[in-house]
Amino acid sequence: MQFDSLAAFLDMGGYGFFVWLSYGISVLAIAVFVMYIQHDRRILIQTVKAQAARKQRIAKVKAQEQSL
Amino acid sequence: MFTWLHPYAKTERAYALCNTLLPYFLVTAIVGLVVGIIWGLLFAPSDYQQGDSFRIIYIHVPSAILSMSTYVAMAAAGFVGLVWQWKTAYMSMMAIAPVGAILTFISLFTGAAWGKPMWGTWWIWDARLTSQLILFFLYLGIMALYAAFSDKTQAGKSAAIMALVGVINIPIIHFSVEWWNTLHQGATITKFGQPSIASSMLWPLLISIAGFIGLIGTLTLMNLKNQILRREINRPWVTELLTTKEMNVNKEAN
Repeated sequence: MQFDSLAAFLDMGGYGFFVWLSYGISVLAIAVFVMYIQHDRRILIQTVKAQAARKQRIAKVKAQEQSL
Repeated sequence: MFTWLHPYAKTERAYALCNTLLPYFLVTAIVGLVVGIIWGLLFAPSDYQQGDSFRIIYIHVPSAILSMSTYVAMAAAGFVGLVWQWKTAYMSMMAIAPVGAILTFISLFTGAAWGKPMWGTWWIWDARLTSQLILFFLYLGIMALYAAFSDKTQAGKSAAIMALVGVINIPIIHFSVEWWNTLHQGATITKFGQPSIASSMLWPLLISIAGFIGLIGTLTLMNLKNQILRREINRPWVTELLTTKEMNVNKEAN
């Protein structure tokens, strides 16, 4: 362990701002991208479900028309 | 020779392959990044010249090296798409592109935040920094070009050609520190012979690089799955895959 205390660790020998800025922005960039991918997937699932539901409705109506 | 690859040109098989590979990349990413970065931040000795500011290396170097590898992988996927006319190859190419752009952004940003305390400036128009910035714009250009075509086969072809032309930038980035006078230091580990870094600093760096490779694989595969679903959204297997849960619920309700 290179640091005696949490304060020393956060201070990074006086370079704390630059070190934590680098790590912070990197984590943020990756986190935003992961959230974008998950959002994208949710929208795709919704679209497919809506299409499938529409097909089911059409099939139902057709069946009703035939039975009349 | 490559006939074993052919089934993966089918989107359904490619999607299944993504699911098979994902856990391995995810585990590599988590283990590599946690071990590499904790080791680098807490246990590696501080640099005799740069003090603790050098700890930025554990994200700067992996992202910078791998932003170039990722570009080559993207261009290779584009090449496969052009030669064998596989749409899954174009999808892979476009799945990698944003991941590469993010890596390039991280390398530029962490470089700036490292340059400020060490060189006294966030940015300078020297060979290494400028060629890396061009790499960032190449990634963005390829994504923009792909998005500009509504016919996605055309889009894939155009983006692949742009990606292949852009490969010329990769050796320029790598050798920029030798060919021109620059503030940026020369190669430390990506060179022949002994790496010019103490092994107590090198090991966490190598582990972090492995973690980044896992991360790139994970993000690319997650993105590729979405790319495949979007292109094949009207195919029965996609409908079945994404609606089976709801169908079962409906059956129970009836």
